[in-house]
Amino acid sequence: MTTRKTELMVGIFVILTIAATLLLALKVVNQGFSDTQSSYTLYAKFDNIGGLKTRSAVKVGGVTVGRVESIYLDPEDFNPIVVLSVSDSYQNFPDTSSVAILTSGLLGEQYIGFQPGFAFDDFVVLADGDFIQDTKSALVLEDLIGQFLFSRDSD
Amino acid sequence: MNWVIGLGASTLAKINGVGRAFLMLSGALIAVPQLKNVRLTIQQLYVVGVQSLLIIMVSGLFIGMVMALQGYTILVNYGAEGSLGPMVSLSLLRELGPVVTALLFAGRAGSALTAEIGLMKATEQLSSLEMMAVDPLRRVVAPRIWAGVIAMPMLALIFSAIGILGGHLVGVDWLGVDSGSYWSIMQATVEWDKDVVNGIIKSIVFAIVVTWIAIFKGYDAIPTSEGISLATTQTVVFSSLAVLGLDFVLTALMFGIN
Repeated sequence: MTTRKTELMVGIFVILTIAATLLLALKVVNQGFSDTQSSYTLYAKFDNIGGLKTRSAVKVGGVTVGRVESIYLDPEDFNPIVVLSVSDSYQNFPDTSSVAILTSGLLGEQYIGFQPGFAFDDFVVLADGDFIQDTKSALVLEDLIGQFLFSRDSD
Repeated sequence: MNWVIGLGASTLAKINGVGRAFLMLSGALIAVPQLKNVRLTIQQLYVVGVQSLLIIMVSGLFIGMVMALQGYTILVNYGAEGSLGPMVSLSLLRELGPVVTALLFAGRAGSALTAEIGLMKATEQLSSLEMMAVDPLRRVVAPRIWAGVIAMPMLALIFSAIGILGGHLVGVDWLGVDSGSYWSIMQATVEWDKDVVNGIIKSIVFAIVVTWIAIFKGYDAIPTSEGISLATTQTVVFSSLAVLGLDFVLTALMFGIN
C-alpha cells in the first residue's frame, strides 16, 4: 500500500512538472517568429547599423515579420550588410520597399523598420536572396550633435 | 621536509578520493538496466523529489514576490515597470531557478542522502548486502543517483514557474502593473532555446554534481558518528560551493559571448 501511495505522489510530482513546463512554454516564451518556421532571406546594405544585433526584429508597421539573421562587413566597400530572415507567411513585398534602422522608445533596442513600397501594375516582388536598395541608416546621436554644432558654426 | 611529505600525502589522498568517486559512479551506473531498479528509483524519487517539493515551491513563490517588489520600486522611477515581467522571468529561468533549487536540494536532500548511506555503512548494512551477493552500488547507490539527477531539473522548472506567478501576484495584483504588458513583454523577451533550455542544462549539471558529492560523501564516510557528521557537513559545503562556481562557468559559456 505504501508503494501505491509513493507512486501516486511521484505521479503528482510529474504532473506538476509538466504543468510548469506548459506554463513556461505557452505563457512565458516568445511564440512569435521562431526559427522552425520556413523563411526567406533578404539583404540590405547600410552605411551605419548603430546598435543593431543579430536576432533583432524586422517589423512592418509594428508587426514582427522576421529577424536579423546575421551582420557582416562587405569586404569591398566596407559597408555593413544585414541579412534579414523573413517569414514565408509574409510575401509579395514590392522591390520599391525600403528599410530603416529604428529605435523602439527613447532607450529601447533597435530594430529594422520595413516599409513596403507602392505596388504598381508591373511591380517586381522581392524574392529570396534579393538586395533591398532603399535603406536608411541608424541615427547615431554623436553624429547628430556633431552636425548640429557644425551647422551652427557655419551660420 | 615533513612539510613536503605532508603536502604529497594530502595530494595523493585527494587524488585517491577522486578515483574512488569515479569508481563508485561507474560501478553504479554502468550496468544492464533492471525493472526492479526502476521501482527503487521511483521510491527514491519520492524521497528526494516529492519531499523537497514544498520547500522548493514556497521558496520559489517568495523569491518571485521579492524580486517583483524590488524591481518595481526601481523600475517605476523610469516609467519602465512594464519590464518587470522580463526581469523576473529571465533572472528566474537563467540563474535563480537552477541555482537556488540546487542549493536547497543540497541542504534538503543531499544531506539526507549522505547521512542515510553513511549510517548504512557505519552499521555495516552495505557489507551485509555484499555478503548476500547483492551489489550495494546497484541496489543502494544507483537508484539514488538517478532519482537525484531526474528530480532536480523538474524541481527547478516548478521553482521558476511558481516564481513567475509570484511576481505576477505582487507586480500585477498588488502594485498595479498592467497584466497584459507583464505577459506580453515577457513573451517578447524570453526565448525557449536560449533561456529555458539553457536553464534546464544548468540544472542537470548541478543535479549530477550535487547528487554525486552527496552520495560519495556518504559512501566514503568514516564509519563513526563523527565521520557521518563530518561527511554531512562537507556535502552541504562542497556542493554549495561547486554549484556557485559552476554557475559562473556555465553562465559565461552560455550567455557571456554573443
